[in-house]
Amino acid sequence: MSTTNDIKLPLSPPQTRRVVVGYQDAEDLGAPDLPTEPLPLNMGPSHPAMHGTVRMVLEVEGEKISSADIQIGYLHRCFEKESESATWTQVFPYTDRLNYISPMLNNVGYALAVEKLLEIKVPERAQYIRVIVGEVSRITDHLTCLGASAMELGAFTVFLYALKAREWLFELLEETCGARLTSTYVRIGGLSYDLPPGFDEKLRSILERTKVVMSDIGKLLDRNRIFRDRMDGIGIITKEDALAYGITGPVGRSTGLAYDVRKDHPYLVYDRFDFDVPIGSVGDNFDRYAVRVEEMVQSMRILDQALKQIPAGPVMVSDPRIALPPKTEVYNSIEAMIAHFKIVMDGIHVPAGEAYSYTEAGNGELGFYLVSDGTGRPWKCRVRPPCFPATAVLTKVLPGLFIADVVPTFGMINMIGGECDR
Amino acid sequence: MAKIVLDRLAAQFAGGEILASGTEHGDEWARVRRDAWIAVATFLRDDPATKMEMFIDLTCVDRFGGGGPGAAGNDPPRFDVVLHLYSVSLKHRVRLYCGAPEDDAWVDTLVSVWAGADWYEREAYDLYGVRFKGHPDLRRILMYPEFVGHPLRKDYPKEKRQPLVRRQTGMPE
Amino acid sequence: MTGEFHTSKLDDVLNWARKFSLFQYPFVTACCGMEFMSVAAPKYDIARFGAEFPRFSPRQADLLIIVGTITERQGPALRRIYEQMCEPKWVVAFGVCASTGGFYQNYSTMPGADQVVPVDVYIPGCPPRPEQVLDGLILLQERIQRGEGHNQVSIRVEAAEKKARKQGREFEPPLVSIRALPPRSETKPGTENK
Repeated sequence: MSTTNDIKLPLSPPQTRRVVVGYQDAEDLGAPDLPTEPLPLNMGPSHPAMHGTVRMVLEVEGEKISSADIQIGYLHRCFEKESESATWTQVFPYTDRLNYISPMLNNVGYALAVEKLLEIKVPERAQYIRVIVGEVSRITDHLTCLGASAMELGAFTVFLYALKAREWLFELLEETCGARLTSTYVRIGGLSYDLPPGFDEKLRSILERTKVVMSDIGKLLDRNRIFRDRMDGIGIITKEDALAYGITGPVGRSTGLAYDVRKDHPYLVYDRFDFDVPIGSVGDNFDRYAVRVEEMVQSMRILDQALKQIPAGPVMVSDPRIALPPKTEVYNSIEAMIAHFKIVMDGIHVPAGEAYSYTEAGNGELGFYLVSDGTGRPWKCRVRPPCFPATAVLTKVLPGLFIADVVPTFGMINMIGGECDR
Repeated sequence: MAKIVLDRLAAQFAGGEILASGTEHGDEWARVRRDAWIAVATFLRDDPATKMEMFIDLTCVDRFGGGGPGAAGNDPPRFDVVLHLYSVSLKHRVRLYCGAPEDDAWVDTLVSVWAGADWYEREAYDLYGVRFKGHPDLRRILMYPEFVGHPLRKDYPKEKRQPLVRRQTGMPE
Repeated sequence: MTGEFHTSKLDDVLNWARKFSLFQYPFVTACCGMEFMSVAAPKYDIARFGAEFPRFSPRQADLLIIVGTITERQGPALRRIYEQMCEPKWVVAFGVCASTGGFYQNYSTMPGADQVVPVDVYIPGCPPRPEQVLDGLILLQERIQRGEGHNQVSIRVEAAEKKARKQGREFEPPLVSIRALPPRSETKPGTENK
């Protein structure tokens, strides 16, 4: 069995790319301009290539888009209103369903925000486990994004390969927390359970197999003429736009903006790991694809180091106002039963105040702005969604492209309806 | 961590535009008077000591009686428009508040300062009803145009639906 | 009068063919879409059941799978898509959000897709495991075989009404009862097609 160092991922360096920025107009090619009338074209809200639901009302002249109006809100499930009537712990299932292809990252982000208000620090083992499950979720996020986008361009095999790899990770997450997708694994003050026995070897073997899958996908796509023609030079987002709109994550980094929350403002134990952050140069679709592939490689590097460094210890802070008492005590002593009852029914009493906490989610800076009034229920629980500005910038990026370019551009932005509409 | 931002704000705007400022849980915040909203935002973006080029978030909080940070006293404004800014080069953040009373709920738009404020302001208008003066296209973004009311306000009941279409089944709603 | 509603041998053969060649229209909105992708993926493989081919136009599909939460804003689009499908058509609500609204009870979530379209099979789960989805699909296939999908029944009722009017008779739509399923332990594998 080859070790992890032997398999090289064929990521073609950008120097060999022939980037055609924009299209040559009909006049340049010597063909007469055909008379056209502007035609409104509706894509969505139920469209096979729209991840989730979004409606694009495009005005096209021939095949070229002259203006795009992107209408979101078809998956508005009222995260903020629901969290105002739930306790602080009951918000976790709602956070799962925000960016539903990397649910652990959202859980971790929300837990860190509440812990910022509470001003507590979770035990070290819990921090390592949060990093591990977070990076596993990041890998599933990028696998799903690449698989689905490739399928929409016609590369169905890539989709099946990516989902095969994702299945292994889902099974591992299911062993850990009981659910494949919507995990609700993290709790305020730590985690709900420790890792299952044998997690280490299973994760290592899955990562080996995932590297083989990624190398296969790379061989199919990286130098594929059709894929490169549809992705090179299309959908360019400039660095100034990324700053003005607040686009972070793989999309922001592909424009050349060097900002990764894990490096610039390390949280949990990210400062103990040695990893790189890929930065793009052109800001087109292929850059976003390349940045995501490289981020998966770096996530595997982090996982390798985390599995080596993880210490033993508790996974929940031992504060009785925050952590539920152990079940044996709950059933045998009245004080523990009352404590359990109060924490579950009233919620954890978070002191009044406001805090904004941010982590690096699959799509960028996921921020939680929490306002507490001192009770066990949030007063306001705002999610700052990373794909919201990335979708907003499409109103600027799409005009000038062809209708067929909407598909790879939208796929590579990775707009997740649950996160964008909340 | 970002004290320099509050210091520069205090130095530049000495005419009472900064109503209050402070640090809470490690976050620096400042409350801005409504007529100075665009001026403060432009200054923070352009000043070389603060350089807040990245627009992070704009939202609204319905205080519903209680005031936010720095809005003490009787009759605090009902809505607080909250702006989060970040500087990629200098790595610091700030949170700005701007109060808007219920009967006169408007704030100037920041679209001229950061283009990304566009959709965020539409969302704040949609869910809270705060209008943004000068916004190029202020319409609902998450709710449908036929929706009446502003759902995230504290006095809008959570389960009050306004359905667009229903099947005729003869069952109660 | 009730004789018009019994299925004939020809109907049995047609229903057998229909149930094993469902062309699905996946109306994917939310997180359940990820499990839908897993069901279509190699491990759980919905292609074994004949329902592999998603047709992305409702005119070419006969199974509308409503995957994920339906919001009030989405309602008219869903209704329009259902009306565009050719008959006979079936609807599966995939996930609790499409069945009853899930744990979302708010101003924007429709409490179940059956508020706008008649649903034949509800698959609970948040998201449902792929095995659960396949179980729901088999349930749907049994229902198709017996001719008891909502749309199949209404086709027969309309045909009977038309016949009655042509013969000048007074038409009374009967109460159509869907036979209860036999308990699971009694059906042996391989005998469900009867």
